[in-house]
Parts: sequence; structure tokens; C-alpha cells
Amino acid sequence: MSNLKETFLTPLGLNNPVAVQVLGICSALAVTAQLEPAIVMGLSVTIILALANVVISLLRNTIPNRIRIIVQLVVVATLVTIVSEVLKAFAYDVSVALSVYVGLIITNCILMGRLEAFAMANGPVDSLVDGIGNGLGYAIILVIVAFIRELFGAGTLFGFQIIPDCLYEAGYMNCGLMLMPPMALIILGCIIWAMRAKNPELQEK
Amino acid sequence: MNTNSNAYTIGYASIMVIIVAFLLAFISSSLKEKQTENVKLDTKKQILSALNIKDGDVAANWENVNDFILNADGTLSAYDGEFKTNYSDTTELHVFESNVNGEKKYVFPVRGAGLWGPIWGYVALNADKNTVYGTYFGHEGETPGLGAEITKPIFTEQFVDKTVSKDGNIVLSVVKNGKVSDPSCEVDGISGGTITSKGVDEMLKTCLKRYSSFLSSATDATSGATKVEAAAQDSAAAKIAVVDSTINAVKDTIVAKVDSIVKEVKDELKK
Repeated sequence: MSNLKETFLTPLGLNNPVAVQVLGICSALAVTAQLEPAIVMGLSVTIILALANVVISLLRNTIPNRIRIIVQLVVVATLVTIVSEVLKAFAYDVSVALSVYVGLIITNCILMGRLEAFAMANGPVDSLVDGIGNGLGYAIILVIVAFIRELFGAGTLFGFQIIPDCLYEAGYMNCGLMLMPPMALIILGCIIWAMRAKNPELQEK
Repeated sequence: MNTNSNAYTIGYASIMVIIVAFLLAFISSSLKEKQTENVKLDTKKQILSALNIKDGDVAANWENVNDFILNADGTLSAYDGEFKTNYSDTTELHVFESNVNGEKKYVFPVRGAGLWGPIWGYVALNADKNTVYGTYFGHEGETPGLGAEITKPIFTEQFVDKTVSKDGNIVLSVVKNGKVSDPSCEVDGISGGTITSKGVDEMLKTCLKRYSSFLSSATDATSGATKVEAAAQDSAAAKIAVVDSTINAVKDTIVAKVDSIVKEVKDELKK
């Protein structure tokens, strides 16, 4: 039991897929200009990663070694397509909101990384927990970056104005750079810096 | 079993591909009908949104909207085919007409290209066919917070009451944020979404241009109104002339009368 707990908790902190393994950076830059898409993306990746982990874990003993990456990719792409098709039929509004991210989910390195590193070697229950843990670890970083970018870039959170009008009248201005992708990279760099400064065991010798 | 042999690998790959293909084909075909229904409903919702009808049942609200096709001479004829969700066909120009609060509105579908993919929109004009009543913009993959802001009310509501065309040219345009020089027809673009904003600008110009025969038929109507006004002015002027001449005649007779009276008085005095 303690093993499962560990599988779930390490990706949230010490083995975070974004901040420690530095995976999935591309999508972290693309969707973090606002809080809402960041949360949607984080949850989508969590669900797809958990499902793909279980499927690959069930198939792991049958997959030929030489084409395992292709098999993993096919499983991920199939799952994403099925989920988006079902949403299109039964929750059209959600599918419209997600349409931007479908391509980004398939190409997210975290999925391939977890399938290859964990699901290929562990049972379905462990893999499910690992998938949820890593997905949430990714989501946490996305939410932190999006929070900073939306608050300082647009003065809003979830689209609602947070910075009061009187501050703007006093000469405060939104930081346009915050909305640009490079700023996401800089914030991400700062998060990695802070994590490494706090946890010396993460630093390479 | 040796999972590394060539035969197993090829067999595994083939079976996997066949299973996945059948699975996807089955899901896609079984959900197709429901999806098309959803897309149609969503397109209607977008058109209604351009007409500022955002609440209530889409199907019920749609009863009030008529689908027309523009003829080459600028007149409209009713479209009786199946409702379309894609308006990229430029040989068949659709115009939607609706009554909102007793006033006639026209909606024109527009399509163009953003930064990452297609963008589209619906522009509703007032009965004068020259001022904007409302707009809706949609996109497929613009960046959230940047290009994707074109769908937000803060962008779309800027278009309200702007002039669409002047002297046969489409003047409705999106300019760089903060660079509006003519507020009657220009709106602010999205800062950080320059290419998407330019895409919207170009989309409005090229697509609305195709409707110029219909839009300029509006100009005819206004010049017709001017004619009526001119005729009214003419007849007024004529009446004024008649009144003037009467006044002159009266004046002349009065002057003549006064003269004769003066003469008589003078004669009396001499006596």
C-alpha cells in the first residue's frame, strides 16, 4: 500500500515530470497564458495518461520489443481519438474547448515517457496510479505557471479581473511579456531553480 | 513464445492495426449522425450569437431565421436545401435574414485563415446593410490568451455600430491595438495576436466584398430615399416661389395704391 502511495506522490514533488524530468515543456508553454485552458489540459493529460498506462501495462508481456514505441504511440493516439469522438457526440461544448489540445496530448513526451519507463514494467493497478500521479504533477506546474502569467499578464484569473481599477489609475500596467511563450519558459526555469535549491539531492554532481 | 521473432512482430503489428482501424471506424460511423447534428446545432448557435441571441433553445430561436442565397444581381432567393455548416463555397453565397425586436437584420458568413488554422465568423448587419449589429468569431487552433481572444466579447463587441462600406469599398477593419485612427470603421486588434487579428481583417474584407452587389443595393435604397427627399425639397421650393410671387404682386398693388393716395393728397393740398 505504501508503495502505491509513493508511486502517486513522487511525481507530484521530487520526481515531477515537468520540473525534474523536464518533459512536456512544449505544451506547458502553449496553454499557460490563462488558467482555464491550463487546467483543462492538465486534466485531459491525466485521464489519457492513466488509461494509456493501464492498456500498455495489460499488453506489456505481448508487445514485441522492436516495435514497442510504435505500439505505445498507436495506443495513445487511438485513446485520444476515441475520447474526442465521444465528446463530440455527447458533450460538444467540451470537445470544442478541447480541440486545440488533442494534438498536443498525443505528442506530449510525458505520455511516452511514462509508458516506456513505468507501464512496460509494472502491473495495471500500479500503472493507473502512476498515470494519475504524473498527470497531476504536470497539471500542478501548468496551473502555477498559468496563475502567474494570467495574473500579471492580463490582471485576471479565470477571466475575472483581479487587479483593482484604482491600481491601473495609479499607473500600474499589465506586463505584455507575460503573455508571450518565452515568459512561460522563464517562469518554468524559476520553478526548476527553486525546486533544486530546496532539494539538494536533485542536483547533479 | 518468442516475442522477438520477425513473424510475431509482423503479425502483432498487423493485428493491432486491423483492430484499431475497425475500432475507430466503428466509433466514427456509429457517432456520425449525432456529431453532424451537434455541428449543425452549433453553427446555428454561432449565427444566433452574431444576432445577439444567446439564451434560450437554439432550435426554437432558429425558427425566426431565414436562409437565403445571393443572386448575381444582388437580390436574394430562398434556400431550400439542407442547412449547411461549411460556408467556404464561394459560388453559393448565403445570407441569413432575421427579425430582432421588429427590425430586419442580415447575417453574412465569413471565412479566413488565422495563425495556426482556419478562422470563421458571422457578421450581422442592420437593415441599412451598412452598420454592424453583432459579430461572432470562431477559430480552430489559435493560441489561448492571444489569437483565441477573437472569440471573446471584448473583441466582438467592438464591431457594433461600425460602418461596413464606403464608396463601394469595405472599410470595416481590424488595426493594430491602440492604432485606431477612424473609430467609425476600425477596431482594435489583439496585442500578441497580430497575425490572427490581420486574418480577421482580411477575412472581413474579402468575404464581405463578395456580397457587395447586395450591400450596394442598400446604397440604392438610400439614394432612393435621397431622391424622395430631393423631390420634396423641389416641391417645397416651388411652393415658396408661388408664395413669393403672390407676396410681390400684393406688394406692387400696395405700393401703387399708396402712390395714388399720396398723389391725391398732394393734389388736395395744392388746391
